[in-house]
Amino acid sequence: MQLMAELVKKENLKPDIYKFSVKAEEIVKIAKPGQFLNIRVNNEVEPLLRRPISIYNLDKENGILEFIFQVKGRGTKILAQRTIGEKIDILGPLGYGSFKFNEYKNVAIIGGGIGVFPLYELAKQAKENGKNVNTYLGFRNKDLVTLEDKFEEVSDNLIITTDDGSYKEKGFAIDWLKKDKNIDCIFACGPLPMLRAVREYAIENDIPCQISLEERMACGLGVCLGCAIKTAKSPKEAPEYWHVCKVGPVFEAKDVEI
Amino acid sequence: MNTKINFAGIEMKNPVTVSSGTFGYGREYSQYIDLNKLGAIITKGTSLKPKSGNKSPRVCETASGMLNSIGLQNPGVEYFAQNDLPFLRKFDTAIIVNACGSTIDEYVELCKILNTLDIDGVELNLSCPNVKSGCMAFGSSYEGVKEVTQKVRKVLDKPLIVKLTPNVTDIASIAKAVEDAGADGVSLINTLLGMKIDIEKRRPILANNTGGLSGPAVKPVAVRMVYQVSQAVKIPILGMGGIINGEDAIEFILAGAKAISIGTGNFISPDVSIKTIDEIENYMKKYNVEDINDLVGKVEMN
Repeated sequence: MQLMAELVKKENLKPDIYKFSVKAEEIVKIAKPGQFLNIRVNNEVEPLLRRPISIYNLDKENGILEFIFQVKGRGTKILAQRTIGEKIDILGPLGYGSFKFNEYKNVAIIGGGIGVFPLYELAKQAKENGKNVNTYLGFRNKDLVTLEDKFEEVSDNLIITTDDGSYKEKGFAIDWLKKDKNIDCIFACGPLPMLRAVREYAIENDIPCQISLEERMACGLGVCLGCAIKTAKSPKEAPEYWHVCKVGPVFEAKDVEI
Repeated sequence: MNTKINFAGIEMKNPVTVSSGTFGYGREYSQYIDLNKLGAIITKGTSLKPKSGNKSPRVCETASGMLNSIGLQNPGVEYFAQNDLPFLRKFDTAIIVNACGSTIDEYVELCKILNTLDIDGVELNLSCPNVKSGCMAFGSSYEGVKEVTQKVRKVLDKPLIVKLTPNVTDIASIAKAVEDAGADGVSLINTLLGMKIDIEKRRPILANNTGGLSGPAVKPVAVRMVYQVSQAVKIPILGMGGIINGEDAIEFILAGAKAISIGTGNFISPDVSIKTIDEIENYMKKYNVEDINDLVGKVEMN
């Protein structure tokens, strides 16, 4: 659906990372963890396209939708300047592929960098549904660690890693995930090298694995066919493409080539 | 007040349609807008056999516009006829199929099939810049356009519109080829070939290196070309290129377009086409225009 959602709260989590809370009861009611929003940053034609941003938290009690984004270019810069009380043009929830945890008991959640944001709602819902939630979050360094306390609340066990060892465990989150021998399904979101490693590990060990992907897109609705991802089973000479906004953004890791 | 038009033999309740490749086969946007309100729907470029399209990245944003290189990904005409056409036919709007091919034979075979389907017309795509063979390769010369159009004309009884590429020196002469070959209308413009470079990686952003530029950035080029073509041919013009509201649409109509279509604007907001219809009506009220047909080509040059 398309909503003009009032911005009710704005938090600066890091110098370039913002959390927006908007009134969007209709979206909150139906959204699933892993789905995303396509947001118009202003009402002008410059920048032209909407910005796809993942859902961070669904506050069902108050009808509040929360998303977190990093200021990366001119679009997100304009979005970051929006003020409380303004209405933001949002399409959502988008994507048919969401994180599906129901059939699993022991869920392992792995995220890297700004890829941790869409994993929060998943961890929260999994925990509420009595799952054993083990969360592995990796960041480049201490300054970039975000939402540790929030993930702490919704995880049975939380491991934080930094590439340089400046905070908590030194190394990559996947190194710790690999030590976990009690996993029914892996849920992952983060930079491509991490997703590739997680995918490979899951396939080798025959563990179900769901990964959230991103690709440049325009409409977010499955119309422009911009955000193509090659399916794993299709041959190079006759590639078959699925679209992040439609089949995804969450895919079964074995089904796609990344 | 009359907004009805007859475009190349196709009855439309208003002059507003949606451009090929920006509206799929209508399903997605039907959840956001009432498709019955549109003058016509032009489908995604459809070929004889399914096409998988190009590698990602396929799209990127540019100043007031975007580049795309989708590569005509589509399920093929057979799938369209069985799955998408019955859905589209539930709505009270004209259905025009954008037809693409990589050889003349493919265009002809495809149009033979389209001739048997319950559709209102065909928009022959001689202008996609993102595929290696066919399309723009035919569309950029007088002879190429004439040959394909003539051969398709022989097998197609339905209204035939030919979509032109702006990537030519003299678009008016190409439009003349379309008219001489017996087409009922022309549509223009398809996208302008462009490129964007990632200066960190020192590589083009699009996997296909180049792509078609669309959006408000191209509008002045499109308006100029519509005007030039209107001076060269008698068949009606479907004008497009960066239209995102009623004012833009009126500009094209004044320049000589009998119908207009919304393309990239659909990506900005799903309701752009519907708002454009309302805004055209507001303009007509404001300037006491009784019949939209009276506005076509009414620009007075300095």
